[in-house]
Amino acid sequence: MIRIKNLKKSFGEGDKRITVLENFNAHMKQGQITAIIGGSGSGKSTVLKHLIGAYRPDSGEIWIDGEEVSQFKGEELNRVRKKFGIMFQSGALFNSLTVEDNVALPMREHTDLNEGTILIMVKMKLEMVGLRGAEHLKPAQLSGGMIKRIALARAIALDPKIVFYDEPSAGLDPISIGVIDKLIMDLSRKMGITSVVVTHEIPSAMRIADKIIMLFKGKIIAEGTPEEIRNSDDPKVIQFIEGSPDGPIPFSKSLTDYGEELKEMSRV
Amino acid sequence: MVRTFFGFIGRRGFEFVDVFENFFKEISGLYYLTRATLYCTFIEPLRGKPNKWRPVWTQMEEVGVKSTTIVFLVSFLIGVILAFQSAHQLSRLGALEFVGALVGVAILRELGPLMTALVMSGRVGAAFTAEMGTMKVSDEILALETMALNPVKFLITPRFLALLIMLPCLTIMADLMGILGGFLIGTTTLGIDPVTYVNNSLDAMVVKDVVTGLIKSAVFAVIIVMVGSYMAFVIEGGAEMVGQNTRTAVVVSMILVIIADLIFTSLFFFVL
Repeated sequence: MIRIKNLKKSFGEGDKRITVLENFNAHMKQGQITAIIGGSGSGKSTVLKHLIGAYRPDSGEIWIDGEEVSQFKGEELNRVRKKFGIMFQSGALFNSLTVEDNVALPMREHTDLNEGTILIMVKMKLEMVGLRGAEHLKPAQLSGGMIKRIALARAIALDPKIVFYDEPSAGLDPISIGVIDKLIMDLSRKMGITSVVVTHEIPSAMRIADKIIMLFKGKIIAEGTPEEIRNSDDPKVIQFIEGSPDGPIPFSKSLTDYGEELKEMSRV
Repeated sequence: MVRTFFGFIGRRGFEFVDVFENFFKEISGLYYLTRATLYCTFIEPLRGKPNKWRPVWTQMEEVGVKSTTIVFLVSFLIGVILAFQSAHQLSRLGALEFVGALVGVAILRELGPLMTALVMSGRVGAAFTAEMGTMKVSDEILALETMALNPVKFLITPRFLALLIMLPCLTIMADLMGILGGFLIGTTTLGIDPVTYVNNSLDAMVVKDVVTGLIKSAVFAVIIVMVGSYMAFVIEGGAEMVGQNTRTAVVVSMILVIIADLIFTSLFFFVL
């Protein structure tokens, strides 16, 4: 369904150039849930931005549904974009529209269905995420968990083949995380939707994913089923799963030597 | 010594070049956004993607109907002030009854369109930048793009059409209110005979004055919408940038409105 080959991306110019992704390969199969995990700044969101066509790779290929999409633009890109839905970290619901209008928006813009049919479909999508009855609320009146659920309802409004999730469980309470996890699993298992979940919630990724890709500083350091990741003996993977503050991934982000820097300061 | 001097000159020179470079970068960005907007608004409907009118109505109410009070108030007071100011000078020449003509022509040709545009760049331009800028920082614009919806068509086109229609309308109303303000002061406080006042005014004013004023106000509408939208679309980061760019949008659109006014006034002066 989705195949990424040798993806490379760097930002900045000259000596400030930072490589964010290097030699990233992945294959996400139809109907499976792939979780991309990693710490902040590991490049996992960059992968997602490439998949949705917001970034262009420096080199490499992205195949979605049998097409190489990384160089698409304009109408071609829009055609590909109609095949997938995205749930953003913040939800990115339109604040000026009600829940109903938010979910109905993609249908109103991209289909010729009449208003009555659209409203019925909106109700069905809202029922799927368990929020039927919230139609006439504005996003500002919803809680964080509800916003994500509505965002999910909007992402699946056009019955996409692929759904991307950007940090679906960030900032939610354990019960809401459980709800979102269940929804993601239901969608993949029952409707055959290919899911790509970018997250740093290890327990949640372990629960839902068929395959986990772990990134560190733009490179894949581990890949496999949750079971394989759990039994990994790579110290970086173990540190990430256990959440230990110090280890092969250092606690201090500073690049210079602490003692040297202090000496330098006392000299002045 | 000499080296530091040249170093200083060189550095200042490069800073100066940087300023110019940034200026032209912004100008070309603004140009491309304007081109995209014109394309989405006027060309795409001809290619089978009709504009939706409901958001245009909403925006027309937002930018037009809800601005009437402030536009009425400002232009009425401008008319009053203009009458008082000119009365003093004209009475020394013994031409007090020409207050009406002066107020009428000044309002129609210049102050009606200009004051309306300035008020609107504060009221509407700021609102555009703040609203769309917030959408930009909360990923809503990215969400639109990934839903295969063009943010220019979806967000700017309705605002563009709304202001393009409403600003000339507001200008006409502002003209009327300004002239009314002058008339009330002229006939009461200044004691000019109402019939003389009206006759003198009508003699001085010609249709061309109204038309040039309306052409100007359409240009101002384009400036206000495009600057407001551009400043929103270039926002990267958070709430701080929304505030900063809103301020910049108001300042820049006011300056551009006045510059455009100068250009068009001189154009009409030499050509028409």
